[in-house]
Amino acid sequence: MSPWRLAARRFRRNRPAVRGAAVVLLLALGAVAAPLVTADPLAQPDPVRLQDRPPSLAHPLGTDPFSRDVLSRTLHGARVSLVVGVGAALLAVTLGAGVGLAAGLAGRRTDQLLMRGVDVAIALPRILLLLAVFAVWEDAPAAAVVGLIAATGWFQTSRIVRAAVLSLREADFVVAARAIGAPAAGIVRRHLLPHVAAPVIVSASLDVGNIILLEAGLSYLGLGVRPPTPTWGNMIMDGKDVLLSAPWVALAPGLALVATVVAFNLAADGLRDAFDPRTAA
Amino acid sequence: MNGGGRPLVKVTDLVTHFTRRTGFLGARRETVQAVNGVSFDIAARETLGLVGESGCGKTTLGRTILRLVDRTSGAVRFDGEDVFALDAAALRRMRRRMQIVFQDPDGSLDPRQSIGRAVREGIEVHRLARGAEADRRVEALLAEVGLPAGSAARYPHEFSGGQRQRAAIARALAVEPEFLVCDEPVSALDVSVQAQVLNLFADLQARRGLSYLFISHDLAVIRHIAPRVAVMYLGRIVEHGPSDRIYARPLHPYTQALLTAVPVPDPGKGRRRIVLAGDPPSPVNPPPGCPFHPRCQHPAKDDRCRTARPELRELGAGHFAACHLAGR
Amino acid sequence: MTGATARAPLLELRDLAVRFTGPDGVARAVDGIDLTVAEGETVGLVGESGCGKSVTTLAILRLVEPPGHIAHGSSVRLEGRDLLALGPKEIRAVRGNHVALVFQDPLSALNPVLRIGAQIAEAIRAHESVTRSTARWRAVEMLAAVGIPDAERRAAAYPHQLSGGMRQRVVLAMALACRPKLLLADEPTTALDVTIQAEILELLDALQRKLGMAVLLVTHNLGIVAERTRRVYVMYAGQIVEEASTERLFAQPAHPYTEGLLAAIPRLEERRARLQAIPGQVPPATAWPAGCRFHPRCPHAWEKCAAEEPPLLDAGARHKARCWLVEEPMRRKK
Repeated sequence: MSPWRLAARRFRRNRPAVRGAAVVLLLALGAVAAPLVTADPLAQPDPVRLQDRPPSLAHPLGTDPFSRDVLSRTLHGARVSLVVGVGAALLAVTLGAGVGLAAGLAGRRTDQLLMRGVDVAIALPRILLLLAVFAVWEDAPAAAVVGLIAATGWFQTSRIVRAAVLSLREADFVVAARAIGAPAAGIVRRHLLPHVAAPVIVSASLDVGNIILLEAGLSYLGLGVRPPTPTWGNMIMDGKDVLLSAPWVALAPGLALVATVVAFNLAADGLRDAFDPRTAA
Repeated sequence: MNGGGRPLVKVTDLVTHFTRRTGFLGARRETVQAVNGVSFDIAARETLGLVGESGCGKTTLGRTILRLVDRTSGAVRFDGEDVFALDAAALRRMRRRMQIVFQDPDGSLDPRQSIGRAVREGIEVHRLARGAEADRRVEALLAEVGLPAGSAARYPHEFSGGQRQRAAIARALAVEPEFLVCDEPVSALDVSVQAQVLNLFADLQARRGLSYLFISHDLAVIRHIAPRVAVMYLGRIVEHGPSDRIYARPLHPYTQALLTAVPVPDPGKGRRRIVLAGDPPSPVNPPPGCPFHPRCQHPAKDDRCRTARPELRELGAGHFAACHLAGR
Repeated sequence: MTGATARAPLLELRDLAVRFTGPDGVARAVDGIDLTVAEGETVGLVGESGCGKSVTTLAILRLVEPPGHIAHGSSVRLEGRDLLALGPKEIRAVRGNHVALVFQDPLSALNPVLRIGAQIAEAIRAHESVTRSTARWRAVEMLAAVGIPDAERRAAAYPHQLSGGMRQRVVLAMALACRPKLLLADEPTTALDVTIQAEILELLDALQRKLGMAVLLVTHNLGIVAERTRRVYVMYAGQIVEEASTERLFAQPAHPYTEGLLAAIPRLEERRARLQAIPGQVPPATAWPAGCRFHPRCPHAWEKCAAEEPPLLDAGARHKARCWLVEEPMRRKK
């Protein structure tokens, strides 16, 4: 049985991980279906009488201070969180893996150069940087948010990939491939990439939770993706003023945020344990 | 050293040194003198045994011969051609003719590849066959090394150590080599499995006309499989010749100590054991003079041993030893 | 030291069984073995990987972790005392103190961030209430006793600064610091060079004589067994398949597995054209064959072997073998 099938089997046996993955899937379905099944998140049908209404049949999660449907906004907010979370994570690991591969395969000088660069980049304060950029860049599209978060978060992956490549270079089976006469590109493709894939996948999935929180933090401060586009962050911002009188306004996105991040983390842990059972707690 | 006719493999004064960083924060550099001037020949269809303990350089020697590691000086000629002078294309062609089998069956097969794919790699790289024909060759190779039908689709972790080693041998054979460097191929295997794999090596040699450089620290294994043997210590060959002669009457004090140290499955056979003084040496700082002199227990050890490095001298028919005091 | 005397043996295992529960079923790694070691005796436990010999040593000191567990009905007695009935504090008092364990890999037995002198001292202070300085002094004494030159100065070294042979000496020093009555040595020299191996085994002999200690030497190397043990147990598929004095085992092996092992080893003295390999492989511990566990690989097997599992039968003076050939020697095929 191939190592991938074995990992899949191990993952399936890990109940919390499976539940996390199920929640993620549910969320994704909800996010995709949002425009089809819910009301327009931007509509403000009756700013006076529908303001801050508690949950009812018409509005299952109530309405917010602008009489907008909270359920709809929460689901639309999920779209932002998922796009930014998954998108930035994927972009980040691609960048990181690329640099890591280059550093691991190259000679010592290039490797040192790249890694010192990474060391400097890690030292930069990510959150402050993002805050500064988005404070100035007022109309940043979601793509910019994705791009910048990715650009400030690929460093760990590059180290992981570089370490994996360096240790694999000396592995007997790689030496055997060289002895067979396989060309370098072939060895990378056939032997290195499959081995690097697992830690990269794990790294990416662990990142998603963090990125979602990061984006929520930014939009809570009014940066990045701005209102009226609903994001969980700015919904919480809307709801903080009416926390006591209309708690559902902040609770819905807040709970959604918590559930999503926990689900992603559980699934990511499960992936990590599935690929490398030795690290299982 | 000569097996008659032009040798298939001719190693002349091969030296391989590495530099390594050590010390606090890697500030210092040291040179590991792994292989320090080794010469020998191997003829076609012949097995040369190479015996030595850890740190003697035997693994580095095997890999240098195959140009998997860079040499520092000296020459390796395969079928007359200088292995280190070949360009990329010629080197790739040469790789078909000489292969390697490693010690650790766990590490030598890519765990993410099925056995069939691993064996196929050589066939694909050298374009020896494609598609169904390649599959057929893989099946034939796996059968030849004694693996059961259907092994090609399975993964290394599904096999035992002995079976993995067989798969590694099949992979080496896929490119139809003439010469195999066998680097401790049975050391990690149990007794009963070791016997099976040793028999396999013998059968393959008879059937395919292979030459072997058979490296091992196990003297009994070398005795069994190699009619000629070279003893390595600290990057140099200290004794070589026909196994029968060397095992019956070792001339170099190291070989003597080595032979008496091996536990023999024969209770009641009292033997005088030569116990060596001190630790095994480090190839970073080989002592001056004879490399073995600090641990040598020879009663007539003298100043010459400490200052002058002994050369290999022929002290019997085809039997060479590098010792000032041997043969006296 | 002579062999087993009329007194109760130092170590007595009766019907020891260790099982592991895993995704593929229950692995009966050790399946009911009887074994004794008398005071001061060196006994060999020989077998290949997967036979259960390492698990046996762990079981003696109750170091088997889940998913493994020692099965009910097993008995492990040290000087008559049932080790399996001891509470956690009491068994800790036995480990390292009365019974010590040495493994194959000295590097994993030593803490890389502690100096070796300190580690030995720690072992002493775990069992005896002595002052720090006394413990350190005894640690240096032990280092000298195991042949480490300049012991006083070397006690300050870290494990990675020592060679493999030196580390194994340190591990021995740690194990013997409290003068245990029994040493369980699990492949203590397998990772070492031949010349170093010889030195370590000589050292072990000398220390054993000095301390009057018994040794259970677990190994797959029949050469070591021949040279260093008085009695041997051969293990296969979780069971003892032969037990005898070392001399008898090598001169007149009664079990086909033992014969197979002896025929499969290449010899120093002569080249044989072909080694007689034992066909097949060791079966997995989750599925031991029915009847005699060795029968699928045995050249002499007949119907009875597949149907009935043989008990340990008497094959001579203090010589037992788990084989029907003992009762029916005519069945032996030429």
